[in-house]
Amino acid sequence: MSRHVVARVAEIPPGGRKLVTVRGRPIAIFNIGGEFFGLFNRCPHQGGSLCDGRLTGLLLSDQPGSYRYERQGEILRCPWHGWEFDIRTGQSYCDPERVRTRAFPVAVTPGQTVVEGPYVAETVPVTRDEDYVVVEM
Amino acid sequence: MPLDLTGAIDCDIHPAVPGLAALLPYLDDHWRDQVVTRGMDDLVSISYPANAPLTCRPDWRPKEGKPASELARVQREALDGFGSSIAIANCLYGVQLLFSEDLAAAMARAVNEWLAREWLDRDPRLRASIVVPIQNTELAVEEIERRAADRRFVQVLVLAMNDRLLGKRQYWPIYAAAERHGLPIGIHPGSSYHNPPTPIGWPTYHTEDYVGQAQAFQTQLTSLVSEGVFTRFPTLKVVLLESGVTWLPAQLWRMTKFWRGLRMEVPWVDRAPADIVRSNVRLTLQPIDAPPDRDTLLRILDHLQSDEVLLFSTDYPHWQFDGDAVLPEGFPESLARRIMLDNPLATYPRLAELPA
Repeated sequence: MSRHVVARVAEIPPGGRKLVTVRGRPIAIFNIGGEFFGLFNRCPHQGGSLCDGRLTGLLLSDQPGSYRYERQGEILRCPWHGWEFDIRTGQSYCDPERVRTRAFPVAVTPGQTVVEGPYVAETVPVTRDEDYVVVEM
Repeated sequence: MPLDLTGAIDCDIHPAVPGLAALLPYLDDHWRDQVVTRGMDDLVSISYPANAPLTCRPDWRPKEGKPASELARVQREALDGFGSSIAIANCLYGVQLLFSEDLAAAMARAVNEWLAREWLDRDPRLRASIVVPIQNTELAVEEIERRAADRRFVQVLVLAMNDRLLGKRQYWPIYAAAERHGLPIGIHPGSSYHNPPTPIGWPTYHTEDYVGQAQAFQTQLTSLVSEGVFTRFPTLKVVLLESGVTWLPAQLWRMTKFWRGLRMEVPWVDRAPADIVRSNVRLTLQPIDAPPDRDTLLRILDHLQSDEVLLFSTDYPHWQFDGDAVLPEGFPESLARRIMLDNPLATYPRLAELPA
């Protein structure tokens, strides 16, 4: 693994994003409140460009009619089919697996009621090295 | 050689109210007087027209009177005829069509009392669904509470097409009562005809009405899942009676596909719709909309992805098959055992309580 400088920090201000190429692979870089995240720019569902997705929150519910909107700006929706991915882990929040196989890992964190699906977007470590955004891969 | 059906639990038969005269003893004074004064003689729906082939198999059709309106014939043809250990009577009468909520409640109460006295008391193999005045949720719950102590009532019966979609919260007290008493909700083809039976208006022919019932089932299933009925009532079972069955895999695919992308509309739907349906929804066998071809049937059964969802039924006296061919050609024997006994017993907890 080596370090690749992909942008100057000033190029991707908070709320911004940039599509870069590292070792021939397209990587979507996001700046969320000064924190940088990287995702392989290909939705694991059918290949949609995640860099063009909308950043939203995670909508949870305790019962029908109740809405709990959390982690605003940390959930990326693929522009093609609306599948939701956690920008921190790449974990999807839908469950495309057939019921009977039940092979996918299910993790429920406190206060969280959605099933994390088996689809995971590939995340890339992104760090800030003084004035540069650095991808490790 | 056809499988031996002896001892099966038949989850859908249709004893019929011969006419309002039969209900008079079970109506209170006011409504009995109103029936006589107004000259009412029957509550007729256009769902199963009297002479339509579907309404009664030719060899079960009586020379006079309504099909399945006489206990002795139902015993001979349905119970003895198939060797069923238990049969669940889903009485289709025009109760849901009435615009007066009070009259509907009086009629539902009379139908249920008539079922208890004239049918359940007279053959220990019979069970029944509670007919409810769905026009008014409070009155429907009252009727469930009135009947629930009689353990021979094993289900709450509603029609596929009422005034509103079944997932709507106005109906939830009915589901709460049903869940509390261990009663599945049985949804049967039919309409209050307060809305056109298609979303595009009134059809011309009976064929269109009956074929369209499958679309009503799809819409109701989507409504129940999307509105979160199974999230709020996780142990509630819904039984789709006489639904046709084979539309289900495509509908599950479609529901699940759109849920994946639109989950944030219905965040309380915390599992894939296909998963919810397989845990909470059951379907009776007849009619099964498939060609008489073993390989095709096996593919369809495989698409259901569960051996727990089907329940044995003859749909007596409706004409869905001939002779004793309740099970379609090539139906797997191991699955037949499950749908004849295990699945009904798992779906209707009250069935195991009383000796058949």
